[in-house]
Amino acid sequence: MGDRGKDDAMKHRRTNLEPVEPVTERPETDDPMNRPAASSTHKPEARLGREVQARIGQQLRAMYNDVVNQGVPQHLSDLVRRLSDQDQD
Amino acid sequence: MKLDPAIRDQVLATVPSLRAFAISLCGNIDRADDLVQETLLRALAHIDSFQPGTNMPAWLFTILRNLFRSEYRKRRREVEDADGRYAETLKSHPEQTGRVEFEEFRAALAKLPADQREALILVGASGFSYDDAAAICGCAVGTIKSRVNRARTRLADLLAIDGVDDFGPDRATRAVLAGGGRS
Repeated sequence: MGDRGKDDAMKHRRTNLEPVEPVTERPETDDPMNRPAASSTHKPEARLGREVQARIGQQLRAMYNDVVNQGVPQHLSDLVRRLSDQDQD
Repeated sequence: MKLDPAIRDQVLATVPSLRAFAISLCGNIDRADDLVQETLLRALAHIDSFQPGTNMPAWLFTILRNLFRSEYRKRRREVEDADGRYAETLKSHPEQTGRVEFEEFRAALAKLPADQREALILVGASGFSYDDAAAICGCAVGTIKSRVNRARTRLADLLAIDGVDDFGPDRATRAVLAGGGRS
């Protein structure tokens, strides 16, 4: 379980955006002001199309991975190694 | 006693995504790297409070987010104009934050409320589960789901995604130019 999260953050392949389980706009917790009007049947356009969602997810990951792919900057790598070699309390 | 190399490697392995998250929060790569550095200093100073076998990325992201939030509380001026300044940074230094092809998307992302942007990045880009994202943000899972949904809906509106051609560089250029009148 703990490792899964680690792998996720590293690989950036699979994310939770794509196969969106029809999460409704309406959470139990959030402000009532933003809930959709009382209709329990959603209009078709109220829910984003799969294609649109996929494209947003794609752009998001591309932008994010653009940075991820830069790897670890030297100064940060040096910092971690230096601190790791110090005696811990 | 020196730090377990396995733990150290987990920290190092998380740095690239920490940076990506930090940039999405700050909109500025220099500030983002400062934030990451601060996060690493803090994390390694308190590495005892990390439980081996648990989720290292989630632990580090939580520290980074808390640092970012407390820094924002200190700088009130930025809080008031957080989104405006964020957008401004993106316009003036597009080359700092990434390739120009993402500019339109980035500009749209900058218009989202910070909470929604953060939730969308954590779930949609960092690949955290809703549960982990909720833990990182210190809120309920339902809140994260709702923020992600609103973020997606708003992004689709902002990008006016209704055709493949709408996602091209021309629109990106227009969006950047149009953004100039927003102040």
